[in-house]
Amino acid sequence: MSVPKDIRRISDTVWEIPVSHKAGMLVPARVFASEKLLSEFDDGVFEQITNVATLPGIVGHACCMPDGHWGYGFPIGGLAAMDPECGVISPGGIGFDINCGMRLCLTNLTYGEVQPRLRTLVDRVAGRVPAGVGVEGTVRVSRDEFCQAVEQGARWAVKRGYGWMEDLERTEEEGCLRGADASRVSEKAVDRGYRQIGTLGSGNHYLEIQVARAENVFDPETARAFGIVLPDQVVVMFHCGSRGFGHQVATDYLRVFLAAMRGKYGIHVPDRELACAPFRSPEGQDYFAAMKCAVNMSFVNRQVILHRIREVFSEVFGKDPKDLGMRQVYDVSHNTAKIERHVLEGKPRELLVHRKGATRAFGPGMPGLPDIYRKTGQPVILGGSMETGSYLLAGVDTGDSTFFTTAHGSGRAMSRTAARKRYRGRQLQEQLEQRGIYVRTASWSGLAEEAGGAYKNVDDVVEATERAGLSRRVVRLLPIGNVKG
Amino acid sequence: MTPPYRYLEEIATADVAFEAWGATREEAFLAAADATLNTMVEEIGTVAPRERRVFSLAADSLDLLLFELLQEIVYHKDAGRLLLRVRDLRIEETGSGYRLHAEATGETIDPGRHALLADVKAVTLHRLEVGKSADGWRAVVVLDV
Repeated sequence: MSVPKDIRRISDTVWEIPVSHKAGMLVPARVFASEKLLSEFDDGVFEQITNVATLPGIVGHACCMPDGHWGYGFPIGGLAAMDPECGVISPGGIGFDINCGMRLCLTNLTYGEVQPRLRTLVDRVAGRVPAGVGVEGTVRVSRDEFCQAVEQGARWAVKRGYGWMEDLERTEEEGCLRGADASRVSEKAVDRGYRQIGTLGSGNHYLEIQVARAENVFDPETARAFGIVLPDQVVVMFHCGSRGFGHQVATDYLRVFLAAMRGKYGIHVPDRELACAPFRSPEGQDYFAAMKCAVNMSFVNRQVILHRIREVFSEVFGKDPKDLGMRQVYDVSHNTAKIERHVLEGKPRELLVHRKGATRAFGPGMPGLPDIYRKTGQPVILGGSMETGSYLLAGVDTGDSTFFTTAHGSGRAMSRTAARKRYRGRQLQEQLEQRGIYVRTASWSGLAEEAGGAYKNVDDVVEATERAGLSRRVVRLLPIGNVKG
Repeated sequence: MTPPYRYLEEIATADVAFEAWGATREEAFLAAADATLNTMVEEIGTVAPRERRVFSLAADSLDLLLFELLQEIVYHKDAGRLLLRVRDLRIEETGSGYRLHAEATGETIDPGRHALLADVKAVTLHRLEVGKSADGWRAVVVLDV
């Protein structure tokens, strides 16, 4: 196994790799995991999180969440906060799928009411939310309109009738990062994205109908505040990102940063995928403004998908979505860099926080939370595999050790190629159906890659975040219907 | 016939890694382009040559030149919903690096005829390499899916 010999146990669930581990490390690296999860981490995680610790301007610790695994540049589950005045911004610390994230929508329906119509719901949602390779969406906009959309975020979608005003306050950053500037985005990025609003994508992107069973409610009071009030209440969760637009923004600036980093700024990084530029440089600011457009595209995308889900439920049950109680719980971002205020060494500071495959989890009373969640802390939507279930968590006031960040999913344990060899998509679909989970997929082999056995145990991951004081369990949600991208 | 590439299980858990090879660097590039297309569509032979695109690309190193070529395949998959197979390719050395001229043919995605796999989001620079091997040229690429 590859756990570094010099790793030191700080507590039950916190492990530290000292700066002496690797030349160039500026801060220690911290891994948040139980002993069991730590022993299951793949080889790349330790290499990558200690690489992150070498990035100029990093403060505190380079952190890896309990669902961490080998990515490119940063590990997935990676977190790094930079001093914005002397630190860098790195597209590899955000990922190509900028603002890939999760959204959760309530219903006032129970499992008993939904189960007889489950196939119809899943089939119709699959028809209304295109998924798979190179799909186009159902919202037609010109290139100019698209540029307005990515500057305005979810508000643009709500103004055009895709959603409710209250959805905005229930979205991280109210669905728009201010300062998005479409003039910093390439023509190629617009080419790739402007026909893709309202599409799910593929890989680990999915849309799931789930049930909150009474025995899976860990904190009834917070669950009530989040809208989980009925026994066997049905909710809808989905995971997707900024599609080809965000992927191209990241690709474009990776190229820019690679050239500028070496020649102009004389920065050396251990992996070219960590290409970066000073945050206050022209390149850094251009990327930040373009990245915000991609963040906003993702909010627009999820806003339109939410609208489509409401349309389908409304048709199938013959009621207005408001009468079906289809309020959004929250929308969380996974892959971002944001300026946030945190306390560092006892002093309030403005920091540039990179999260890659990690979720912001603000504790109770923190600025940036809507009034409805001020007492509970931020809802955190953590997606598990389509077999094992997902979680609704809450941010806690002890989250300062990770700048209020927690895990984002159960975390892959097996490569996609290995999973394809072990599982068969059609067989998996039949097995899931026997267990009462109806799955529609755009790709059989894609389905095999997402088998539950390819992931870590989601209960272990969530328990580790709770023991490490990063977030706490509110409700465990079980899948009954899934549209797999 | 066994294709001149294979997918690697042991690196980059959530993504797709492959190695591709050929007797010449041009052949290794063609193999890498097919491996990228094959990540998105199960049988690359089902992609008919109905449309043609020409690429003229430049980079200061061979591995970054491959990055540029594969990135074009990913771009056209979204921008024109085109699946493209690179057919012909020429690499020249220039004073400051390399230049590539390639011709690709393909067609619009048709889920009825193309068994689709994963949507490739991007070509990463993680572990990207192009180099000489014992019997020719070899490339290693990690794609974000």
